Amino acid sequence: MDLISAERLESMSSMEKIRLILSKVKRGNIVVLEMGLTPEEEVKLIEMTMTEIRLDEFSGIEIESYPVKNESTFLNKILGKSGIKTRMTVIGPANQLRTIEKDKYQISTKVSVGD
Amino acid sequence: MSVIRSLKMNFAVWIKWIFGKKRARIGIYGPPNAGKTTLANRIVKDWSGIETGGISHIPHETRRAMRTDGVIINANGSSIELDIVDTPGMATKIDFREFMAYGLEEEEAKRRAKEATEGVIEAIKWLENLDGILLVMDSTEDPYTQVNVTVVGNMEARKLPLLIVANKMDLPKAAPSRIKAAFPQHPIVTISALEGSNIDDLYVAIARHFG
Repeated sequence: MDLISAERLESMSSMEKIRLILSKVKRGNIVVLEMGLTPEEEVKLIEMTMTEIRLDEFSGIEIESYPVKNESTFLNKILGKSGIKTRMTVIGPANQLRTIEKDKYQISTKVSVGD
Repeated sequence: MSVIRSLKMNFAVWIKWIFGKKRARIGIYGPPNAGKTTLANRIVKDWSGIETGGISHIPHETRRAMRTDGVIINANGSSIELDIVDTPGMATKIDFREFMAYGLEEEEAKRRAKEATEGVIEAIKWLENLDGILLVMDSTEDPYTQVNVTVVGNMEARKLPLLIVANKMDLPKAAPSRIKAAFPQHPIVTISALEGSNIDDLYVAIARHFG
C-alpha cells in the first residue's frame, strides 16, 4: 500500500498524478492519496482506466472518496482560484479492493492479497 | 457578411424570447442498470412518440450514446426543447466474467466488455458538450458510489445544472431518502421510469431547471 502525501500531489500535474496512480494500481498496489483528485482529474482517471483494461489482466479500478468541498471565498474569486478542496481517496485494483460499505462518515473496504 | 450573420443570430434570439421557447442539450447519466435508457425511452415516447433504445437486465446494455434531438416538453406553463443524450453506464471497472454470470458465452461477454469500456469513454467525452444532466440513481442501491460522486463533482465544477432522478421507486427496497441524505445540495425527483410514476413531477422539474 502506498500513501502519497499532499505535498507530493501538489507538485504534480494532473496527468502525472493519473499516470502514477495507474502504474501503481496495475502493479497490484493500493494507493491512498492524502489529498484526493479534483472532479475533472477523477473523470480523466476513469477515462484512462478504460483504455488500460485488458480482458485477462486488468479489469479496472476501485476508487472511493468523498465529494469535494467547495470553499470558495471572495478572495479566491478575485484571484481566480477555484476554492475546491479535495478529500482523501483510496484507489486499488478492482480484483483486490472491494468496498463493503460507504456512508457520510466512513468507507469500509476489503483488500484481497495474493490474487 | 458578419453583419448579416449577427442579424440572423439576433433574430433567432428575439424569436426565442417572444415565444418563450428554450433549448438545452441534456445528458442522462448514471451507473449501469440504473434505468437511464428506460427513462430516455419514457421521455422521448411521452413527447414525440418514438422509442430510442433497447433495455435489458444485463449491465452495459447501452454501449453507445443515443441522441434524440428536438424533444419539446411542455410543463407548468413553460416549454423547453431538449436534445437528449442517453449515455452508456459509467463505471470504474469492467470484467467480462460478470457478463458470463448473466449467461453470456465467453466470446460474447468479452465483446460486450470491450464495447462497454468504449461506451464509458464516450459518456465522459459528452460531459464537455452538455447544458445539464439528469443523474439517474437506483433507489434500491447505495447512492454513495464513486460514479455518482464523480458526476456530481464534475457538474458542480462546471457550474452546470444537475437534477437527480431517484429511479425504481416501485420496488419494495427503494429508499430515496438515502439519496436525499447523500446529495442534499441538489434537487431530487423520485420516479419509476418503468411504470411512469411521478413522471409529471420530473417534467415540471426539467422545465424549471433546464429552461
